[in-house]
This record gives sequence, C-alpha cells and structure tokens, in this order.
Amino acid sequence: MATEALALSGIDSYYGDSHVLHEIGFTLQPGHLLGLLGRNGAGKTTCMNTIMGFLKPRNGAIALFGEPVAGLTPENIARKGICLVPQGRRMFRTLTVQENLMVAALPVKQGGRRGWSFERVFEIFPRLKERTAQVAGSLSGGEQQMLAIGRALMGNPRVLLMDEPSEGLAPQIVAEVGRTIAQLKAEGLSIVLVEQNIKLTLDLADDIVIINTGRVAFSGRADQIKIDDAIVAQHLGVF
Amino acid sequence: MQGQFWIIQTLNSVAFGGLLFMLSSGFSLIFGLMRIPNLAHGGFFMLGAYLGYSLLIRGVNFWVAALLGGLAVGLLGVVIERFIIHPSNRILLAIGSFLDAVIFRPLGLRAFSGAWRGMIARFRGLAGNEQGQVLMTLGVSFIVADVCLLIWTGDPMTLPAPPALRRPLFIGGYSFPTYRLVVLGVALVAAACLYLLMERTRLGAMIRAGVDDREMARGCGIPVSRLFTIVFLLGATLAGIGGVLGGPILNAYPGLDTDMLPLALIVVILGGAGSLLGAFVGSFVVGFLYNFGIALVPDLAYFVLFLPMVLVLMFLPQGLFGRVQL
Repeated sequence: MATEALALSGIDSYYGDSHVLHEIGFTLQPGHLLGLLGRNGAGKTTCMNTIMGFLKPRNGAIALFGEPVAGLTPENIARKGICLVPQGRRMFRTLTVQENLMVAALPVKQGGRRGWSFERVFEIFPRLKERTAQVAGSLSGGEQQMLAIGRALMGNPRVLLMDEPSEGLAPQIVAEVGRTIAQLKAEGLSIVLVEQNIKLTLDLADDIVIINTGRVAFSGRADQIKIDDAIVAQHLGVF
Repeated sequence: MQGQFWIIQTLNSVAFGGLLFMLSSGFSLIFGLMRIPNLAHGGFFMLGAYLGYSLLIRGVNFWVAALLGGLAVGLLGVVIERFIIHPSNRILLAIGSFLDAVIFRPLGLRAFSGAWRGMIARFRGLAGNEQGQVLMTLGVSFIVADVCLLIWTGDPMTLPAPPALRRPLFIGGYSFPTYRLVVLGVALVAAACLYLLMERTRLGAMIRAGVDDREMARGCGIPVSRLFTIVFLLGATLAGIGGVLGGPILNAYPGLDTDMLPLALIVVILGGAGSLLGAFVGSFVVGFLYNFGIALVPDLAYFVLFLPMVLVLMFLPQGLFGRVQL
C-alpha cells in the first residue's frame, strides 16, 4: 500500500445530535495539494476540525502517512505533524507576533524536511519581521493571515490544513497568499486547501474534492474540473 | 490624630490588597484558562492559614511555615485538578486495574471485573462539562471547610507575626505597622515573579495563548491539560502562602474561606479573567474600597465594594483588562 500523506475513510462527525459529515473519504498524496470545495455549510470546516481533533469522529479512520490519528487529542495530532491555518485566522490576540510563532514551535518530525524557524517564516513574510513585537490583535487582516500561516509552519507540519486563507482579504493580498501556498507546495509540503475562491483553488490544486451537505459529491483531478464547467455549476453554483 | 488614621488605613488597604493579589492572581489565571471559577480558592486560603498556624505553634520559622503551607496547599490543588476536575483516564485505569487485581479477581468476580474495566475505559469524567466542574470545586470547598472545622475546631486561631516585625516603625512622629509593610513587599515580589513568568517565558506565553483561544492552542500542539495542572499548582500555592501571610492580620477562623472568595470574585470581575495586570490593579482597588468602606461608612461597606463590580459588569463585562468574554 502506498502511504498517502493523509487518508480519510468513512468519517462520520456530529455536532451533538446533528449528523454533519456522512462517510467522508479522500486521500492526499505526498507533495500534492488537495482543494476541498463546497458551498457554505457543506461541512468543509467541520471536516478540517475533525482531522485536527477538535471534533472526534464517531466512525471512520484518519491516517497520517499510514498512522491512525482519529480520536487523538488536538495537541497530539499537531505533534504527529498536522497543522491548521484555521478559518477566521484565530490568532492569539494578546500575544506578540514573535510569541505567536514561539508557542506554536514543534520539533521536526521524522521524514520531515528542513525545519521551520523564525528566520524562515520571516523570509516568506518579511512584513511580519517588521512587526515582531506588535500584538497580534492589532495586525491588519492580511498580516494576521500571514501570521496564521507562519504559526502553522512553526509546528513543522507534514500535512498542512488551510481553511479559507483568502477569506476577507483584499485581492492583491489574496494573490500574495496564493503565491505563498504555491511556494510551500513547491517545497514538497502536502496541503489540504479549503476555499470559497474556486479560481485560486483550481490554479493551485492537483486534486479536487467537492463536499455537498456533508457528503463527498465529487472527487477527481483538478484538470477534469477545469475542462468540465458542469461539475462546478452542479455542485458549487448558487442557482 | 487625623494623619495617623489615614496612614494606618492606607497601609491596611495596601497590605490587604497584597493579600488579595496572592489570592486572586491564581484565581484569575485559572478562571481565564479553564473558564471556571475555582470556588475552592477561598478554602485554599483558609487551609493555608490553618496549616501555617499548626506549623508556627510547633516553632517553625514564619517564612518556612509560609512556604511549606503554600506548597502543601499547592499539592492539594494538583490532586484536585488531576483527580477530580480533569481526571486522567490513565491514572484511573491504573487505579482500576489495581483494584481489579487485588480485589475482584481474587474473589472470582470475573464478570464484574470485566464490566469494571469497560466502565473505566469509557470514563470521561467531567471533561467538557464546565458546570459540573464548578459544582465540583464548590463541593471541594465544603469538604475543605468541614475538615478544617474538624481538625482546628471552631475557635479563631491567631497566627503570631514574626517577632522582629511585631513592633511598629516610627518615622517622623507617625507609627507604621511593620508587618503590613512586609506583607505588601512579599506580594509585590510575588507579582514581579508572576509577571516575569507570564510575560518573559515560553510557558507564560503558552498559558496566555490558552487564555486567548484554548482550542486553537491545543491545535498548535500546546499541552493545555498540563497547563491546567501548572496553573492550579501555582494558584493554590499562592493562595496558601497568602493564607499564612494573612493569618496574623485576619486570623484563621471558620468562614475565612467564604469571606475571602467573594473578594477574589470582585477582583476578577473588575480586572478581567486571565489578566495578571487586572488581578493586580483589581486587588488594590478592592483593598482600598474594603478598608475605607469599613472605616468610613461601615453601614455601606458592602455597597461600596459591590457597586463598582455592578458598574463594571454593566458597562465593561470583560473587565478593565479582560481577555476572555465569560
């Protein structure tokens, strides 16, 4: 069996009694970028929260490079090598930029690449370097997004989950975030990208999974979707 | 002698503020990180005072007694956090397996033994049940109060201040109660140490991250459950030391716990949960309100104390320096 970077199978998640994810399954190949698309409320963020361990799945399995991680605590999942850029950024508001990065630093995992450090994060996001002593809550939206990405990288992830990194950002910042994601992918990081921005996702992704009302509605290569507009219209169109 | 009155009342206020800081800094950190008021915190303070009394009448040096009393209460705090508020399955499994091996199996209760192990494996305790946790701390406070009553009886006990500090200082024709000045000094040192811990170390930054967004902190690999234990240890130890230090001023008596706990609550509501600066400012504000309230308008003392709390709750629900919306 080839070891996928991340493999979900038959995942059922509930918020209380309400059944949100129904037998979700997909696989992320090492070094690939998987775009997870779907309408508002389709279950994309729930899916991220389930992988991260914020929500424990009732059924199903999640494997990180072949190792089962479903049911572990979030801190253990992070230590195994899954890091999240959460929806809404969720900075530690009262901590400085430097402290935000510092508290999230985790050792390099086996099979991991060159470790991340303050210097490398600041190399990608020079703007953060000018603000190291500034409190995160006072950063602009774009800077907070950069910090959220930098914070996740400090955990030296083997799989990076990004939940709507373009949300609420100005177009030129979205383009900048897009370039950063492309750069991370080029370094060989395996990424799951949740997005509302279809164009950004199709530009970056190797594979696409579309979720609709908590079920996988489509799963395939990104080029398939680029050719076939009907898929997008059917699963993501508003009308 | 008007000048002497103001000097004494001011000193009483700042010394009491210092004691309140020892009590409420830990209370506030626990509140901020775990999102629950530890209603046993007043009990920790009282237990510290009683332990200090028992050590002092056995001739232990005052400062050693304060440290030992604090550490004993701190250990109790850890036990309460680990076994009652957040019981870890691993520890329970160990206890369960032990009972299983020495009692159930030798007695041949095979079916019972199996059910027992299954029950422990599924045990989740009060994880995620914050109301349950608050009620549990309330229960602990009752137990602490009753055990104190059992051991130390209902008579108030006066803790002797260190002999060298009993005589007042005379400066410029005014007398200053030396011991209160020293209590203030100790509280300021504790505040400085706490500040360095919280603002200058990675551990402190992790605790603050947990206060800001606990779930996301866990998602960043921060071992939040270990932080709970550390904060509980820290908070209970400080409260215990505060109890010993406060003993010569307040005495140890049944009801000291329920006298102190509301004051800690007011401090945290004024200052904001999880904020060290808030606990510091709040403690001295409450110290002044309480002392001058009693000295100047004794009939309205509690009104003077609780009115600012009501105003803050109405207009600044996060407190003056609050981090957490509770």
